[in-house]
Amino acid sequence: MIKHIAACAAGVALSACVQAPKSLYGWGSYQGQVYEHLKGTSGPEQQITALEADLQRLRAVGAAPPPGYHAHLGLLYAALGKDDAALRELQTEKHLFPESAHYIDFLLSKSVKSAQGEPSKEKTQP
Amino acid sequence: MSTACFSIRRVGRTALACASLLLMTACATRQAPTYDYTAFKASRPKSILVLPPVNNTPDVMATPAVLAQVTLPLAESGYYVMPVTLVAETFKENGLSLPPEMHAVMPAKLQQIFGADAALYLTVTRYGASYAVLDSAAVVSVSARLVDLRSGQALWSGSASASNNEGGGGNQGGIVGLLVAAVVKQILNSVTDASFPVAGMASQRLLSARPGGLLYGPRSPRYGTD
Repeated sequence: MIKHIAACAAGVALSACVQAPKSLYGWGSYQGQVYEHLKGTSGPEQQITALEADLQRLRAVGAAPPPGYHAHLGLLYAALGKDDAALRELQTEKHLFPESAHYIDFLLSKSVKSAQGEPSKEKTQP
Repeated sequence: MSTACFSIRRVGRTALACASLLLMTACATRQAPTYDYTAFKASRPKSILVLPPVNNTPDVMATPAVLAQVTLPLAESGYYVMPVTLVAETFKENGLSLPPEMHAVMPAKLQQIFGADAALYLTVTRYGASYAVLDSAAVVSVSARLVDLRSGQALWSGSASASNNEGGGGNQGGIVGLLVAAVVKQILNSVTDASFPVAGMASQRLLSARPGGLLYGPRSPRYGTD
């Protein structure tokens, strides 16, 4: 009898493992915000508010933000002309994900060039 | 006599159950064809650049809905995904605003700008509500091709579909009830962006690491086990 119960328990534990593998990241509303951004139905301020609030919640439960989260925040801050915050977010992305270093460096070198040379282009994102 | 009949019926029932089980396994095998992973395993990409999907449907929301939901399955499978909104912005700043133009850029050039190991080329072939006499469903179909950006070699390809009508059934109310329900559902499907979660399902199905699908990436604890 006890053997049967143990077998059952192991079975349940296994199926629990299969059904809910531990996720690597906390997603919050990230993908929904990206959708709104791509559709142009939500402005940078609204998205920043939502994403920063989500980030607090993710930190509280010890969940890591996914690839692109901080980079997207950087893009939003840049659209508002908040260059310091944009730079901070891009560097956070690069720090969390060294795979992004090449691209982030490319973006930063371009923005430095445009700040020194020709007048910087206004972001056209709403 | 009656016991013989009973046992025949029982055997019949068991055979039926076996047959349906076999049918199900047959389906499952068809879903996961064996794929030649030689090139994929040699390449072992760490980072993936997802190009904005080419949209072969009349619905303009197909590209944003799919692009917004590809990061989750790829990242949870262990890959770094180049930030999709920044990537779209970089293309725009370089004068490319349409996905087919972006897909035509040489792999070496993409590698030079984004520094990603591989690029994922997506095409949306179905997106949105389709009205079929007795039912209406939001259907999304996407096909994908993963290419090594250093060699230009194809690593994997696949396609997947999802519908918000899967496993639906047990309708009541006769033929008129069915028709009314279908029309109401059609209206709901178009006004509430019902296709968006379906696009998420299709993307999960297509891009989560699994047999026949993508291999696990280096950030997954299951990396190298497949």
